Amino acid sequence: MIPELGHFALILALVVALVQGTLPLVGAAKGDDRLMALGSTAALTQALLVLIAFAALTQAYVTSDFSVVNVVANSHSAKPLVYKITGVWGNHEGSMLLWALILALFGAAVAIFGANLPDTLRARVLAIQALIGTGFLAFLLFTSNPFERLSPAPPDGNGLNPLLQDPGLAFHPPLLYLGYVGFSVTYAFAIAALLEGRVDPAWARWVRPWTLAAWCFLTLGIALGSWWAYYILGWGGFWFWDPVENASLMPWLAGTALLHSAIVVEKRDALKSWTVLLAILAFSLSLLGTFLVRSGVLTSVHAFAQDPARGLYILGFLIAVTGGGLALYAWRAPKLSPGGLFQPVSREGALILNNLLLCTLAVTVLLGTLYPLFLDLLTGNKVSVGPPFFNATFVPLCAPLFAALCVGPFLGWKRAELWPALTQLRLAFFVSVAAAVVAAAVVDSRSTLAAVAFGFGVWLIVGSIVEFASRIRLARVPWPESLRRLRATPRAAIGMTIAHGALGFVVLGSVATGAWHLEVIETLKPGEKTHIAGYDVTLQRVENVQGPNYVAERATLAVTTGGRPFTTLQPERRLFVVQRRQIAETAIQTNLLRDLYATLGEGDPNTGWVIRLYLNPLAPWIWLGAALCALGGFVSLSDRRLRIGAPTRFRARTAGPGMTGGTRGPRSA
Amino acid sequence: MIAPAIPDRVGRRWVALAMAVLMLATSPSVAVEPSEMLKDPALEARARAIGQALRCVVCQNQSIDDSAAEVARDMRRAVRERLAAGDSNNQVFDYMVARYGDYVLLKPPFKAGTLLLWLGAPLVLLVASAAILVAVRQRRVAAPPPPLSERERERLRSLLGG
Repeated sequence: MIPELGHFALILALVVALVQGTLPLVGAAKGDDRLMALGSTAALTQALLVLIAFAALTQAYVTSDFSVVNVVANSHSAKPLVYKITGVWGNHEGSMLLWALILALFGAAVAIFGANLPDTLRARVLAIQALIGTGFLAFLLFTSNPFERLSPAPPDGNGLNPLLQDPGLAFHPPLLYLGYVGFSVTYAFAIAALLEGRVDPAWARWVRPWTLAAWCFLTLGIALGSWWAYYILGWGGFWFWDPVENASLMPWLAGTALLHSAIVVEKRDALKSWTVLLAILAFSLSLLGTFLVRSGVLTSVHAFAQDPARGLYILGFLIAVTGGGLALYAWRAPKLSPGGLFQPVSREGALILNNLLLCTLAVTVLLGTLYPLFLDLLTGNKVSVGPPFFNATFVPLCAPLFAALCVGPFLGWKRAELWPALTQLRLAFFVSVAAAVVAAAVVDSRSTLAAVAFGFGVWLIVGSIVEFASRIRLARVPWPESLRRLRATPRAAIGMTIAHGALGFVVLGSVATGAWHLEVIETLKPGEKTHIAGYDVTLQRVENVQGPNYVAERATLAVTTGGRPFTTLQPERRLFVVQRRQIAETAIQTNLLRDLYATLGEGDPNTGWVIRLYLNPLAPWIWLGAALCALGGFVSLSDRRLRIGAPTRFRARTAGPGMTGGTRGPRSA
Repeated sequence: MIAPAIPDRVGRRWVALAMAVLMLATSPSVAVEPSEMLKDPALEARARAIGQALRCVVCQNQSIDDSAAEVARDMRRAVRERLAAGDSNNQVFDYMVARYGDYVLLKPPFKAGTLLLWLGAPLVLLVASAAILVAVRQRRVAAPPPPLSERERERLRSLLGG
């Protein structure tokens, strides 16, 4: 009964989305208030209906209702409760339902928080959101129905892919989708602006928080995925340039560019047409990512051709969204008024350079990801594009981006001088050069490139600190004055400093782990010992243990340093009985400056077990840096000017005492 | 959170059976194994570097260094044999390409078929930079403000004359 309710709610949601996607558009064109007002009501209704559908599927998972095909295929009664719940989106149908849910919730958020948007703009934004929603709801109902029943119901399910039975990967898709779908709101705003024929700073002030929020979630999602790969795949790597990873990196790069160009629209009323284009592209790349992952085209072009219904649908949808958006752009964008003027050397100029480089990076990833597919499709030739390609193309392009990143904030709007900005950064420059030299001389003399990259990481951190110090005029004015300036600094500026500096930590972690990690692979029998970087590691025993839905071999490694016990590592090899799949459970001891990382390989008591040990310097900084990056975004998001209604309140408060002519007015705050 | 309610005796037999399966199942975590490694650390380091640039031909986007597949093991052995025989890194790559084709290289060679792959992004950078420069030039040429309208001129006269 409950799955049918969910199914029915989904059908109703599709109908509501169709209404929401059409009538408000007509209303906005004709100036009909009632039709426009329909948008908000429909958005709330749609969100409620999809929520009911999602709750129904979750209920089927939690109670292990094996009359539902989707639950049979992806769940098992012996699975821990938390993975029964995360299993809802650990499969194709459920993850698409999650996508539709987040989309509908974002639509509802626009309806709720968009009360002070111009009526026509709000109506159009909600309609575009609903049209995207229609596409996904129809996709669910016609090709990927999560509520399909099975009779007779089997006694138990097939279980969830063991790789997904992990906290890191369980929450990776929702975060990623919050990012992807967040860009749908910016897309809707861009299309609505094209329909209105108007882009102004007020529009940018609306678009920026959505972009920022989407970007923050996408950053966290990508970081979580990378962290998961690091601890589960068992050889200490954290980014593999896999097409699935690239699929999320492309919208991130475009979104980062959008984040910066939207600032120019907001502050200077320039780059309007370009920002609209970026908003269309960022969401298109999000959809492309979904298409790549969901259609199976990555596994093989031929696998995609064998079961083409889903893939072709997403491809068609992708073409409609991208092509439709771009066609509308080509038609309407020339009508947007050109914005404010500026010199090449200016904040605007720096942000254009940022956009140029970020977009080139996105193109690099796009080519590297799609080229093998197209070459295979068109000529039948196979080509591999892997990490060495991206190291040779993507990484060098980061150098000018990072170099310019610290300079940009020192340039004024409209017209600026380069030299004074550079002289303010001389401390950062010397510190980073020194860091690179030390890295080359002391740490590892073989890889000059790694040392240079390390220097860039230090440059980003010190440069950001110097920028902030100069903003509050630290050490130039008495410190109470600096403190006053610190309090007056807008949250957006604080967020920028945090995010820029955090990027430096990501760079340092990646370089140090990638270039300077130590590795020991040895076959050990119980009682035997090996060494890695000043640590003695003894294999004490290997025992069999039983988990809730797996059995495992667990090794106990005693780590001592200088003869004194340091820690115990217990890596496991788990066998998930239902799926007959093995997963390595690595053991990691971290002190935030380096990870001591151990995995257990094959073996038996006679020959010994293969033990892999890694010492990954600064590895935790990669994900802490990424989390800090997202934190910077959230801090910026809390900026007063982005909070709805805040400016009005502020004005009312400051105006209050003045109007009462010096007498004490009532204190409203 | 919810442990399966398996009676102890049954559970133990179940574990024993599962362990037997565990021995047979292919392991995802093991790639380069100690038994394969060369004695000379310098030579082994070169083998690892080469291994990371070669694709395991049956895997999905994995280097032979990261893959546990049988083919990857054979390929790792082949790389080490060639190195032990005194080949240079490039000779090893040539040998592997002769056996498996360009497909084995994770960094595709610069050829007619990969022209767009290698030059696409630099081309975009170049064209976009040129477009930006042109736009900036045009804006600057078009920059002189429009002449004052008749009403504005009148207002100016009245202000100045005022």
